[in-house]
Amino acid sequence: MMLRLAAAAAILAALGLAAVPEASGEYGDVVLNKRSQKEGLRPVVFSHWFHRIRFRCKVCHHELGFKMRVGSNDVLMADIIDGKFCGMCHNGDIAWGPDRCDLCHSGKPGLPSGIYGGHETSGPGRW
Amino acid sequence: MPGSIFPAERLAFVLAAWLVAGTALARDWLPLAKDGVHDPKSPAVRQLQEPRDALSVLPADTTGNMVRWVEALEKGAIEPRASIRPGTKVQILDQDILMSLKGGMPIVRFPHRQHTLWLDCSNCHEQLFKSQTGANKLSMFQILQGEQCGVCHGAVAFPLTECNRCHSVPRPNGRALSPAAPLPPHAKTGAK
Repeated sequence: MMLRLAAAAAILAALGLAAVPEASGEYGDVVLNKRSQKEGLRPVVFSHWFHRIRFRCKVCHHELGFKMRVGSNDVLMADIIDGKFCGMCHNGDIAWGPDRCDLCHSGKPGLPSGIYGGHETSGPGRW
Repeated sequence: MPGSIFPAERLAFVLAAWLVAGTALARDWLPLAKDGVHDPKSPAVRQLQEPRDALSVLPADTTGNMVRWVEALEKGAIEPRASIRPGTKVQILDQDILMSLKGGMPIVRFPHRQHTLWLDCSNCHEQLFKSQTGANKLSMFQILQGEQCGVCHGAVAFPLTECNRCHSVPRPNGRALSPAAPLPPHAKTGAK
């Protein structure tokens, strides 16, 4: 009896595991494509995991003024070059400068803006 | 005795062994060129740091980025900057809030300290949550829609599959916590 229960549990667990879809992007990856592709560039991929190793959330979401909702920030290259938003660090001093287009504009063409990487709620990517 | 078990049970043991092996191997990260988000033709995929290189050395989790981010911070495995502009006031609050006192799930313990290690007070107050204890009506429906806690949890902070990390305080005798019951130190009772 115990064996049969264990067997049923294992089969159910295996089916549950098999049903998990293949993740796309790393957890917390953000694709920004409000303007990129219209301007002839790849969409931007922003990886939260890379940045949070180096900066706490509060640096960008408090000091730099990035709102915590994908699509709610109008990030223009002119602002970045002026040292706002990404440009606070991406200035060739703390991190690579805005002349290195390809390093940020590295996304698959055609990807819609949003948060990627699975486990998402519908909210942060809603805009 | 292995020889006496039914075929279905034998299959189950094979599946269980496969699951155990799979779990052990599951902590891996897709290369940028194959993650479905980066363009494999972009020169960036050869230059950017690979998630595996950065994340595999950090405290292990079973979900999200497969990293226990708060633990990584507390153990000094990462040392992310807390401010970038001179004069920015970095605030940490060491105070727990107990929530969901009347529901059926274990009580939610919200630790301000772990949250303020990462975030500024203004990231949650006063838009997402009022500072006054008891003034916020939280709902899992809202959270699953990406509101309230769901602004971060389910997107960048540990996902909403991890019920017990928030619903972490057992109810005494399985009943709702009465106001007279002892609370953990530093705890205030908060939202309904």
